[in-house]
Amino acid sequence: MMIFVLFVCRISNVLLCNVTDRVSFWFVVTDSSKNVTTVPGSEVEAAIRMNRNRINNAFLLSDKTLQFLKITSTLSPPVEPSTPVWLIVFGVVLCLIVAGIVFLIVSGIQKHKKKNKESTERENLEEKVEVTLENGIPCEALDIKAGHINGVFAADDDRFTSL
Amino acid sequence: GFLIPYLIMLIAEGMPLLYLELAVGQRMRQGSIGAWKIISPYLCGVGVASVVVSFFLSMYYNVINAWAFWYLFHSFQDPLPWATCPLNSNRTGYEEECEKTSSTQYFWYRQTLNISPSLEASGSVQWEQALCLTLAWLVVYLCILRGTASTGKVVYVTASLPYCVLIIYLIRGLTLHGAVNGLVYMFTPKLEQLSNPKTWISAATQIFFSLGLGFGSLIAFASYNEPSNNCQRHAIIVSLINSTTSIFASIVTFSIYGFKATFNYESCINKVILLLLNAFDLEEGSLTADNLSEMKDYLMATYPQEYAQLAPQIKNCSLEAELDTAVQGTGLAFIVYSEAIKNMEVPQLYSVLYFFMLLMLGIGSMLGNTAAILTPLSDSRVIASRFPKEVISGVVCFMNCIIGLIFTTEAGNYWFDIFNDYAATLSLLLIVLVETIAVCYIYGIRRFEKDLYTMIGHKPNWYWKIMWAFVSPLLIISLFIFYLTDYILTGTLQYQAWDATQGQLVTKDYPGYALAVIGLLVASSTMCIPLGALVTFVRKRLKRE
Repeated sequence: MMIFVLFVCRISNVLLCNVTDRVSFWFVVTDSSKNVTTVPGSEVEAAIRMNRNRINNAFLLSDKTLQFLKITSTLSPPVEPSTPVWLIVFGVVLCLIVAGIVFLIVSGIQKHKKKNKESTERENLEEKVEVTLENGIPCEALDIKAGHINGVFAADDDRFTSL
Repeated sequence: GFLIPYLIMLIAEGMPLLYLELAVGQRMRQGSIGAWKIISPYLCGVGVASVVVSFFLSMYYNVINAWAFWYLFHSFQDPLPWATCPLNSNRTGYEEECEKTSSTQYFWYRQTLNISPSLEASGSVQWEQALCLTLAWLVVYLCILRGTASTGKVVYVTASLPYCVLIIYLIRGLTLHGAVNGLVYMFTPKLEQLSNPKTWISAATQIFFSLGLGFGSLIAFASYNEPSNNCQRHAIIVSLINSTTSIFASIVTFSIYGFKATFNYESCINKVILLLLNAFDLEEGSLTADNLSEMKDYLMATYPQEYAQLAPQIKNCSLEAELDTAVQGTGLAFIVYSEAIKNMEVPQLYSVLYFFMLLMLGIGSMLGNTAAILTPLSDSRVIASRFPKEVISGVVCFMNCIIGLIFTTEAGNYWFDIFNDYAATLSLLLIVLVETIAVCYIYGIRRFEKDLYTMIGHKPNWYWKIMWAFVSPLLIISLFIFYLTDYILTGTLQYQAWDATQGQLVTKDYPGYALAVIGLLVASSTMCIPLGALVTFVRKRLKRE
């Protein structure tokens, strides 16, 4: 039971009245040290507010199932970590995506450089070795580049499947 | 109830038009701009209009992915942030706005969007949403970086994963309490709904969007097919698979919807029971859901005065009303599902799964859209010769991201609704109408028949011909007439604004500049078609002279 600074409260100090069919009742707490006067309501309310948890547990109830009229329960705030969780997940995903983009771009640039180096090497080779020419274009060049558009046939653009 | 219009529209519109677009692409062997040039040089505007529509779509669609990311990142907490209301300043109760509406709606409108009371009050850019939007665009850039080759591989994942998640949700959804109510609701046809033309309109637009007609992407993809490919069979198979998936997804949706409605209905009843028990000091257990109505009558007769005092607080709980609650717009996917998920066991798992699936679907759509924009850009030799395709994709993504920041402001959701409702719908209808009329009447249906004969080996039977020549154009024209009459009758266009003081949506009129933007959106894509015809006409006259 509640321990008051002023006196020790016992079960005999709590008086019930107005008991109904419903499990609900009114009660007052008497102060036995002063001639059967009741403890003022505000003090009882304050005491209940402080010890709400213990009362709930005694009845195996919760704030939702045990209601004290006129005493609104102090709701516990939700636990908030110092950094919001979503920022952490966001940071992880962002790093992964950026890493992927950088990797793809860099590998693309490397491939491009390799292609350029190969074509300059081939050109150096061509100057030393005799190559078969066809209409003035070396055969290897035709293989490296993705096909030349022959100017005669290119006039009719509509024929080609645009991608 | 939606099933009947949906299936009818599919057979009358979806399949014939899909077949038409596939056949055109396969025969002309070119992307959308080139293919229409071949059919008639005056129709080059049709392809351009498709590209413009795709451009508008890509501007606003990625915001949905940003929201999906936001919810996904917030799913890793216990309890889920939308499960409970935040407390007010002196910790005696919940926040006022959250009390008036539900916690999931509060999370959507206040903590995700931080929505302003009207379109005019623009507010500032929400940095959290801007971050998520940037991330969404980075993901899209990663997928389209290497061109269509890499996009093809990504689509394997984005297309198959949603099916797995849907199956998991189907099992979970059907085992939920109250799921049957939702399913019954879905399959019972409602005659008043069927007589309302709006249902048919939404069924038609839904078919258009889910099949992707009018965007030009179908023609482009079909142009890669072999000429002897049996596109008739493919059209039928694709549209059937598409609809089966839609129906499958809606079974999942409605079972979860039924669970949510039943849950809300039962909590409403419990609240009423508690209220009556408290007021009349009755014994616990004397009032149950079954005898509630009789007990209410009894109490009304025995204690008329007290009952009359209580009457305004006693709500009439109805399961039908819960099932009928129409949630508007894209908020539907987020509000309804997050509300259902928070009541399940292990909600974090289901939340992560659901929003991941939503992301996959959204990114898949974005890839198609951006591909539709990038292909003409990288084909035009002016641009492609100077910049490599990584740079072009990067510039497009960056520009779209900057424009998309508008949708992350406090009034951003209202602008989003404008784009969502007006950017694509009317223009697509017009494009598809022009396509059907062009193929049937300008190109000639007999010539088209012969082309199909050379490609597939048999002529299309009378069903297809009647659909192409008469039914589909008539349907589309009637849709148009309906939209226009609806606009003329209501006088001005209206939108739903969130009122924080009441905790619900209210209807407001669009201000002048918003109407101008709507007009611009619709005009810029539809005007391409006559402009293209005009430009070709002028060019031909100049050439002759």
